[in-house]
Amino acid sequence: MDATVEKFTSKDLVTDQEIRWCPGCGDYSIVKQVQTVMPDLGIPRENIVFVSGIGCSSRFPYYMETYGMHSIHGRATAIASGLKAARPELSVWIVTGDGDSLSIGGNHTIHLLRRNFNVNILLFNNQIYGLTKGQYSPTSEEGKVTKSTPMGSIDHPFNPIALCMGADATFVARTMDRDPKHQQAILRRANDHKGASFVEIYQNCNVFNDGAFEVFTEKSSKKNETLFMESGKPLIFGDNNDKGIKLDGFNPVVVDLTATGASANDMWIHDEHDRVKAGILSRFFDNPSKPDHLPRPFGVFYEESRGCYEDGMTRQIEEAKAKKAADLDALLRGKEIWTIN
Amino acid sequence: MEPQNEVLDNVIIKFAGDSGDGMQLTGTQFTNTAALFGNDLSTFPDFPAEIRAPQGTIAGVSGYQLHFGSVEIYTPGDFCDVLVAMNAAALKANQKFLRKSGILIVNTDGFDPKNLRLAGIAETDNPLENHSLDNYKVIRMDVTKMTRAALSESSLGVKEIDRAKNMFVLGFLYWMYNRPMEHTLKFLTDKFGKKPDILDANVKVLKAGYNFGETREEFTARFTIGPAKITPGTYRNIMGNQATALGLIAAAQKSGLQLFCGTYPITPASDILHELSKHKNFGVKTFQAEDEIAAIASTIGASFGGSLGVTTSSGPGIALKTEAMGLALMLELPLVIINVQRGGPSTGLPTKTEQSDLLQAVYGRNGEAPIPVIAAATPSDCFNMAYEACRIALHSMTPVILLTDGYIANGAEPWMFPKSADLKPITVNFAKEKNSENKFLPYKRDEHLSRPWAIPGTKGLEHRIGGIEKQHETGNINYDAANHEFMVKMREAKVEKIADFIPEQTVEVGTTKGKLLILGWGSTFGAIKSATLKAREEGYDVSHAQLRYIKPFPKNLGELLYSFEKVIIPEMNSGQLIKMIRDKYLIPAEGLNKVQGMPFAAEEIYTAITKALGK
Ligand code: SF4
Repeated sequence: MDATVEKFTSKDLVTDQEIRWCPGCGDYSIVKQVQTVMPDLGIPRENIVFVSGIGCSSRFPYYMETYGMHSIHGRATAIASGLKAARPELSVWIVTGDGDSLSIGGNHTIHLLRRNFNVNILLFNNQIYGLTKGQYSPTSEEGKVTKSTPMGSIDHPFNPIALCMGADATFVARTMDRDPKHQQAILRRANDHKGASFVEIYQNCNVFNDGAFEVFTEKSSKKNETLFMESGKPLIFGDNNDKGIKLDGFNPVVVDLTATGASANDMWIHDEHDRVKAGILSRFFDNPSKPDHLPRPFGVFYEESRGCYEDGMTRQIEEAKAKKAADLDALLRGKEIWTIN
Repeated sequence: MEPQNEVLDNVIIKFAGDSGDGMQLTGTQFTNTAALFGNDLSTFPDFPAEIRAPQGTIAGVSGYQLHFGSVEIYTPGDFCDVLVAMNAAALKANQKFLRKSGILIVNTDGFDPKNLRLAGIAETDNPLENHSLDNYKVIRMDVTKMTRAALSESSLGVKEIDRAKNMFVLGFLYWMYNRPMEHTLKFLTDKFGKKPDILDANVKVLKAGYNFGETREEFTARFTIGPAKITPGTYRNIMGNQATALGLIAAAQKSGLQLFCGTYPITPASDILHELSKHKNFGVKTFQAEDEIAAIASTIGASFGGSLGVTTSSGPGIALKTEAMGLALMLELPLVIINVQRGGPSTGLPTKTEQSDLLQAVYGRNGEAPIPVIAAATPSDCFNMAYEACRIALHSMTPVILLTDGYIANGAEPWMFPKSADLKPITVNFAKEKNSENKFLPYKRDEHLSRPWAIPGTKGLEHRIGGIEKQHETGNINYDAANHEFMVKMREAKVEKIADFIPEQTVEVGTTKGKLLILGWGSTFGAIKSATLKAREEGYDVSHAQLRYIKPFPKNLGELLYSFEKVIIPEMNSGQLIKMIRDKYLIPAEGLNKVQGMPFAAEEIYTAITKALGK
């Protein structure tokens, strides 16, 4: 850590604003983990900027004693792109929700990812519109009954991870509000990654969509329903780590380690740099009520090192400056002039 | 017989041909030559809406009108003295703009049965044969044949040879107007230096056109137009969009800020982006965003970061930016929004000009959302007003809308360019210290009601801003009724205060009181000025004022308006400024309106003057 950076603590990140989320909302855990992790990142507090759009999650910047902007619906990604392009040295964090960045702001999200600005996107996915009081969102499951879909939603939902893979994101991860340790680890990884880091955080909206992620977060089902990926380690899960994933061609299959006597090391070894396999993992998206479904993966799906937009921009400017001095009078004068006496 | 040499004080030439005929290039070359010669001038390119409209059809006609003279020139002119028609469609579309007994130069090859059919003219009705052109001095030349003949020894294919046709016409006009070819020869060398066959072909055809005039006895007239007696000084030629770009760069340089332009391509504004992107050596950052919304949103991000943020667009794009403009106004960040207006509504007339976005600029946002609005009057004035837009935005921490339009954006004129040292200073003071006991209040205001600009990276001034209503001074979210009303009024008062440091309204032509005032705004400048000058010469008591600052109005505007018995407001819309003037000053101003995607002819304004004042 840079010794010249003035130290600060999690407490220094708490603002004088009263938090207005509903009691029990998953957002509380996320703000807490972010405040916990931030002081260790070695970034001067004044260089940190949180940009959000509109939605419950987007109140986030008001609760962080850093620079922040609570903008308009869907545009946090675009605003952050401009900020990062203008000031590459800042640490820019985007806080957004499933409606904000996958519905009204979907376009900016995919373009930010392909340009690979070195920013961090924290997408709080609660599969519902909370702030507008309970309509289905682009991540709500088909058939979802909400205020705007009394007969059930007929929308096919987005798979955010697969969408980001499709947009050539260079860092794609998933975590959950109810697992603080994992969240913290993923936040650190996102910060360490140079490029656009996309983190989907399963977040419980206990008012309008309570229990949406229960099977993944509750102790009783978590081990069987989730798959925590670690680089270089086999994909195993289950109550006693007794199940593994193997590839049969391009098809993932669940292997019962006890019944087959197979060794964990014979299973699929997770490689964060394998785009094809990350693509397959991103499709582990079955409805948990389906028999023989695959577990839901958490952790880093994919990471790749690719040039960042802002660096390319800076490079071109440096090149242009090296070639030609900035002479305003010469610019105003142009190439051809004439004099009238 | 040596042709007689007639001296003229001004000439209007229109080059018209198929969009593939290179008429824009021909026009620009003649323009630059005239400019270097010292003529005053004004130009008006008239493009087809489709880039690849069917060849030979009316939809595919591309025109370039140039007005130059030894006298001061304010407009591209109403009717042309010379029309160059490269084919039947070009003649059909433009004949109405050629004055009686004007000179018509026709490329006879463009009037073959195929071209007649494409132009929708019956073969039996060929205008070259049916005496319908008897009122003009017609100069016929088979440009295609002569171009091919000039290049009979060239190794180029027929297609490439034919592409040099426009040079023949240009050469001929250089002969007709006694112009040197040096500028164009140099241009061709720069452009085709690496392709010697093409360079050689163009030069040969240019000279062939010139010699064609020299050697043919039937051309009895040549014309001389002396240099203009305009304000002494050093000039260059400039187009409106280019001037806008230079104004922005100048403001960034003078304020010491990084220029950031987040934008999305749109006709007729894209040339500002093209120009800016050439000047990265000034640290200019151009960002071609994924859409119009991202264009302004990214610019807001850059402004938050301490850049001079600019977004450029035209009507439909501005509509998309509306919500973000409201955000910028709530954030009270400096931001320049440029609308190069075109014909609307919706996609409307992308390549035609109009002034119909004024009310959108002034009123078109949700909530009470005051944003200063200013407008440029001529191509070179785009420089001044772009600079002013930045100056106001930075001075008062506010978004500013600059309105130009397709007419001046693509038009060109000589510009007595300023020295950078003579430009008004722009000082920016980023906040560095807390402004209250041990606290930073992001919405604490100074005497201009402007708030501090504390940019990320500044230690101790961490703060949050947003689009939700905020508490006075602290900027914290606040839904209190009284506070909201206070803030709404505060934002309006802040914009009104800008009237304290913008120039007062002056009179362009005439006096500060009298019978009739013609009050224009934006690009109607040239037509109004020409018309009022002419009317005054004839003894009419008429004056002309051109508004450049529309929100807020200059402080003395009311006084000026009340000093005239009658006020006429010409606008290229159905009456928008007039609503604002009537509303604020309660005067019975009269409108003069034209919504045809075309600028006013000076004659139309002159007629309105004579009608209003009687004879
Ligand atoms: S509505 Fe839902 S997401 Fe929003 S604050 Fe309440 S619990 Fe959280």
